[in-house]
Amino acid sequence: MYSFDPTEEQQMLIDAIQRYSINDLRAKAHDADEEGELPEKLVEKGWELGFLQASIPEKYGGFGERSAVTGVLAMEEMAYGDMAGALAVSTPGLFAMPIAQVGSEEQKQTHLPAIVEGGWTPYTAALIEPHFDFDPDELRTVAKSDGGDYIISGQKVYVPYAASAEAMIVYARLDDRTQGFIVGKGAPGLEVGERQKTLGLYSLPIYKINLKGVRIPKENRLGGPEGHDFAPLLASMRLALSAVAIGMSRAALDYAIEYAKERDVFGVKVAQKQAIAFMLAEMATEIEAIRLLAWEAAWMMDTGKPEAAKQAYLSLAGAIDMTMMVTDRAVQTLGGHGYIREHPVELWMRNGRGIAMLNGLAII
Amino acid sequence: MIEFEIPKPIQMTNTALETVAINMMRTKSRYFDEHEHEIPWDYINFMHMAMRQTGAGSLAPEEKKKETPDGKERPRIGYQQLAFMLEMLSWGDTGMYLVTPGGGLGAAAVEASGTPEQKQKFLARFRSEKPVFGAMAMTEPNAGSDTSAIRATAVLDKQTNEWILNGEKIFVTAGHKSLIESDGFVVVWASIDPSAGRAGIRSFVVPAGTSGVTVSKLEHKMGIRASDTASIVMQDARVPFDHILGSAEVIKETTTKGFKGAMATFDATRPLVAAMAIGVARAALETLKEMLEKEGVTIGYGKPRQKMTAIEREVVDMEVMLRSAWLLVIKAVWMADNRRPNSKEASMCKLHAGDIVTKITQRTVEILGPLGYSREYLLEKWFRDAKISDIYEGTGQINRLVVARQILGYSGRDLR
Repeated sequence: MYSFDPTEEQQMLIDAIQRYSINDLRAKAHDADEEGELPEKLVEKGWELGFLQASIPEKYGGFGERSAVTGVLAMEEMAYGDMAGALAVSTPGLFAMPIAQVGSEEQKQTHLPAIVEGGWTPYTAALIEPHFDFDPDELRTVAKSDGGDYIISGQKVYVPYAASAEAMIVYARLDDRTQGFIVGKGAPGLEVGERQKTLGLYSLPIYKINLKGVRIPKENRLGGPEGHDFAPLLASMRLALSAVAIGMSRAALDYAIEYAKERDVFGVKVAQKQAIAFMLAEMATEIEAIRLLAWEAAWMMDTGKPEAAKQAYLSLAGAIDMTMMVTDRAVQTLGGHGYIREHPVELWMRNGRGIAMLNGLAII
Repeated sequence: MIEFEIPKPIQMTNTALETVAINMMRTKSRYFDEHEHEIPWDYINFMHMAMRQTGAGSLAPEEKKKETPDGKERPRIGYQQLAFMLEMLSWGDTGMYLVTPGGGLGAAAVEASGTPEQKQKFLARFRSEKPVFGAMAMTEPNAGSDTSAIRATAVLDKQTNEWILNGEKIFVTAGHKSLIESDGFVVVWASIDPSAGRAGIRSFVVPAGTSGVTVSKLEHKMGIRASDTASIVMQDARVPFDHILGSAEVIKETTTKGFKGAMATFDATRPLVAAMAIGVARAALETLKEMLEKEGVTIGYGKPRQKMTAIEREVVDMEVMLRSAWLLVIKAVWMADNRRPNSKEASMCKLHAGDIVTKITQRTVEILGPLGYSREYLLEKWFRDAKISDIYEGTGQINRLVVARQILGYSGRDLR
């Protein structure tokens, strides 16, 4: 059967996140962007909503099971407030979720309870590399087997909270496969470079890292000695980022609508002009279309459908264009005011462009 | 719980319909495209027989929930079933789908705003031996989407208790089949009080054989040529009093309830027209992929855009459009089945489907170059068939207006 209604539990979660998202994340988003920093308390408060904790089984200190549908709904709502804030709150998930999904029993027991039972602690992951044609399936960072160890060499960018991270998953190429490797804080050869400045996401601390022959024991390979399948993780990342894009786009649309209904022009409200009203109608339609695509991909993932990975890919491909279109038009709707940083639409437009290159910064 | 599982009964019908689409429609697509105004009776008779047996096909599914043997109510899926059916048959040939017998938009209008007695009286004919058609006549030479400009009139003759209809209707899909080729009817929109504007507009069931009603013209069209598009002239055409759908009272002032009741039909039919568009788009995209594969071009999913060829990017874009547009349709019909107000969703899916089917069919013709443009293949035909989806049942622009009013909380007066 078809249904488009979240469960009661999901609805409660959505409502809780929405309150935080609007009252906290959105309220602080402007200053955080200007100052290039998210207040620790703000991030901690988001963490306490317990979304990640609810995706980890009790056995490992959490209180639930992963559901991609719930994950999409949660990410959407979080990003409705602020994309950088949403990514910051869920950064430990970049480390915990892959372990929960494909990690070995030992890895789960070692790492998961420490993360989910405590307060927000920086655990992270490094996937993206500094090349225009970066492809997560063909990484240039490599891992080589050396006796009982792996030696990892390469460069990564856009690694959230790398400077303070307790540990991170570094993705590297091993025997023509993308594999994750758990790298602890201060591992010899791991050099955290300077904090990066990008077009958007000013408030999210992201870093370059250099891996100069980082040696890790073989048991640190994600999934154990045989490794893991990367495809489901990649699909989860794509889906998570789609959800972020959708949430942010919804925010941009709502803001544009509200503004257009207030702004006087030629004796009417600007929303009463078809040129504006039609843009808004198209934005709403496009958001809804891609949202359903993401929801379906999530449902496919939860029900183990073989097309789930392709659908997640399509969902992100659609979300990239949709978000750019929607956030651009939100700025356009506000005209000159949209270009002024007092209004959040220009930030959303800058963040919106990032959806095309930030896959790896979110996972569900 | 959010779910996307195609209901079992729909899966089963779909498989059967696919066979019909491949064997009875695709094989005849070109012929009926090139022989406009010829009628595909083989298909029509087959569908009539099949639908009489299964009871499927009405544009207005039954209202009551069915009960399972254990007494629990089964969720309604009537509109969902229709959306799948129309998508598949339009994937076969959308022009031919449009001549599927069974009341069409005419019956849908009776279902949407008729009394139980009227439904009884008018809809029984669709279950008879021979195929019977129904149609809706709204558009006039000077009134398209602006239905308040309708000039056709209906005057009550109190002596005989009959409505006297006068006026001209154009673009009546299946009008000829409903009035001339079968014992069907056309639902005609006319004003019972021209001074009342929209509030005076009502719809009337005008059956085949009504004297004073003539089919004056059959259009020659860009596409969907298997489907007849008729002009109908009414000169002092008389129908009994109970052929009016809705109330005969005109309440002037603020209310346009009668008009709105008639417009509600669109909330049910727009997603179905959108489903048809999706069928055409899927036919084009699938054919494109098959033809590319024959030429040795495979689409590598999962690559970053920077590594994709132009054709791969196009195909991935089109897949996104097609799938997401289809899901909009599903949501709109699911809402209709669950009796939730779906004006916004109905218009959203209609405008989106109209957009994507025109884009997809335009691109597939272009990508295949001289093959796409050739009448040796059906792609050029789908390009022509597609465009109507952006026009009938409310143009893309009218549907944008509906969506805009909904999201802005505006009335027709606020946003003209």
